[in-house]
Amino acid sequence: MEAMIALGGNPNCGKSTLFNALTGARQHVGNYPGVTVEKKQGHYRLNGHNFTLVDLPGIYSLSAYSVEEVVARDFLFKEKPRLVINIVDAANLERNLYLTLQFMEMGMPVCVALNMMDVARQRNILIDVPKLSSLLGVPVVETVARNGLGKETLMTAVAGMIDNGPASMTALNISYGPEVDALLDEITPLIAEKHFLTDCYPARWVALKYVENDAQIIDLGRAADADLSQRFKGQVARLSAHLQKTLQSLPEEIIADYRYGYIRSLLAKGVIRYGGERSRLFISDQIDRVVVHRFLGPLIMLAVLLGLYHFTFSYSKWPVAWMESFFGWIGALAEAHMPAGPLKSLIISGVVQGVGGVLGFVPLIMFMFFGIAILEDSGYLARVAFMLDRVFRVFGLHGNSVMAFIVSGGIAGGCAVPGILATRTLKSPRERLATLLTVPFMNCGAKLPVFALLVGAFFSKYQALVMFGLTLVAWAGALLVAKLLRLTVIRGESTPFVMELPPYRFPTLKGLLIHTWERTWQYVRKAGTIILGISILLWAAMSYPGLPAERMAAFEDQRQAIAVANPAGGDATAGAKERLAALNAAQAEAALRNSLAGRLGTSLEGLSQWAGFDWRTNIALIGGFAAKEVIVSTLGTAYSLGAVDPAESGSLADVLAHSALWRPLTALSLIVFVMFYSPCFVSIVCIVRESGSHKWGLFSMAFNTALAFMLAVGVFQVGRLLGF
Amino acid sequence: MQRMNMRRMRKGQTGRICTISAHGDLGRRIREMGLVPGTHVTVQGRAPLKDPVALRVLDFTLSLRNSEADYIEVEVDD
Repeated sequence: MEAMIALGGNPNCGKSTLFNALTGARQHVGNYPGVTVEKKQGHYRLNGHNFTLVDLPGIYSLSAYSVEEVVARDFLFKEKPRLVINIVDAANLERNLYLTLQFMEMGMPVCVALNMMDVARQRNILIDVPKLSSLLGVPVVETVARNGLGKETLMTAVAGMIDNGPASMTALNISYGPEVDALLDEITPLIAEKHFLTDCYPARWVALKYVENDAQIIDLGRAADADLSQRFKGQVARLSAHLQKTLQSLPEEIIADYRYGYIRSLLAKGVIRYGGERSRLFISDQIDRVVVHRFLGPLIMLAVLLGLYHFTFSYSKWPVAWMESFFGWIGALAEAHMPAGPLKSLIISGVVQGVGGVLGFVPLIMFMFFGIAILEDSGYLARVAFMLDRVFRVFGLHGNSVMAFIVSGGIAGGCAVPGILATRTLKSPRERLATLLTVPFMNCGAKLPVFALLVGAFFSKYQALVMFGLTLVAWAGALLVAKLLRLTVIRGESTPFVMELPPYRFPTLKGLLIHTWERTWQYVRKAGTIILGISILLWAAMSYPGLPAERMAAFEDQRQAIAVANPAGGDATAGAKERLAALNAAQAEAALRNSLAGRLGTSLEGLSQWAGFDWRTNIALIGGFAAKEVIVSTLGTAYSLGAVDPAESGSLADVLAHSALWRPLTALSLIVFVMFYSPCFVSIVCIVRESGSHKWGLFSMAFNTALAFMLAVGVFQVGRLLGF
Repeated sequence: MQRMNMRRMRKGQTGRICTISAHGDLGRRIREMGLVPGTHVTVQGRAPLKDPVALRVLDFTLSLRNSEADYIEVEVDD
């Protein structure tokens, strides 16, 4: 028999661990429609039953407070799973039952998995399981998800409910106090009679949501029957005014109070007993005495963040290098065996470099996600948010934003792509958006060769100092822009911080690996195809249209001339070789200037001269949209040096340092521009995916470029006035 | 017995919540996490910059900003 089962529970109750224990590594990960919340699915077989398990996002309640809650509620009502396995943390029973109660209020058949029984025992919390089950009226099964204990018993109970039980359960009716009850009793029959939203939701639940002033249900209600909806709202408003006068509380607040009251009276009937002394500190609290200590805390955090950075970027160096040499090898293979022509150029510069570009990030992303998964699963991430919230709140961000900034290059040399993906740990939507739009300002590893080139050419005396200064400028810029965004386009009050500091736990290796793999694979699958397409487009823009025939012929004639002057093919003089190379470079420069990107760069010269950029710089900046280090190699081509290896740009630095077009002020203006202008398109693709909208991708291209241009013009013009 | 604002509670102090005057998202969120009138809370500590505050509520640890704690009145045991 096939049946769909949902897994629901609070964050940190061991839900993912139980899901992994039940389904093994064969999981399907996608997104819930229209939002960026992950949806995980897996299968479990038992005596002829084939269960499809769906992991709901971790939530504390079924109000419409967060995207996660809306998603979970919509799933339950629209996909109609046969039942919910509600994972309940036995060591934290009272708060976990708040969600259980709400599942039951909506009439969802529930089977409770009483998880972390081992932790509860350690803390001397004794639970009378049969009593809890009979008082709640649903099966309760003890589990320890970490080692899979109790999972067969749990699934046998689930199978039993499906075989014997009714398809739906009568919704739990509890009392919310005389005033609220009276109104519910008054409008519930009306809702049932008029079939108001009852095709999807139970009548009393709709009434309850109206009293709770639930935005989502009221919107649906208005669309279904505006008059009736208006009438209910009027009744609720009257009740609300009355309750505020007498009890200083809104109906929704009274309902929450009564739910907790119900849970407390239930637990007080001998369900829970505390053996031994309760004042004993939990192990977690003892760890926290050190880890969030006034002086030690920030030091430990600094060490952990440095460690995460080191882990992500140092240990991934080898796999990244393997990838690079592998794609280099493929490119060389194509170079050697393909006939010259546009197809060869497409394969080498478009496809191989594009695929290499996509996969080149994979080791980085895997290491970053693995590191963050350790911090997340162990409970440390919440402490980071706790310690840094005061600082980041000033800029309209969240304490956890720090992770994304560091990975993106807060310590110079990161990468914005994993940085943008790292914002997934942020649950506050506005703070998250502001973070992911500002992390590209950090000095990623691809901007560093550009800075190194310019600093080396013009500020070589103060190299270390300037590079350090640039890191500070990036931080200041990112934080100030975040503040600006939060005051304008992402305006709105800060999301309530109210956050659980979960007990410290040892992460399980299986959990970490599944976590890392899923997220990395999602990047490859979703972002990969788009990135490949764009890299081919960019290749075309830099290569087409080709040089007209007569200019090609002119270059060919010169080449012939050199060949004629040196007839003995075997030992051409060094001078001839040099002249031939110079000729090739000159042709590459001419071709680049003639291409679409080149023409765009040239036509922008009138505007860009305000910042001190000529057409060569413009083309390089256009190329930098593919990846910032391309700026160096494109500049090389534009200065007829051939494609310059970003790692060895000494010759280019010499050319720039002695060029009449360049002076230190030009270099400074360009550095500022490169730091702030449009993120590379891989980052843009990630911004679009993570924000769930093309709008924000376009916004960061346009806004960042405009901002960078203003800053660069400011630097250049002020510098000129001051005589630099 | 003394009533005071949660922001003014010292580390280690214990009390019982009497009123919560936050409404809207914040009010809902605070209550969902078990901070309802009658709940026992202990101030476990504060972040290095004195804000947010960490509370022991029911059987778990909760942190909230001082500006959020302002909405909560507590009857403190001495």
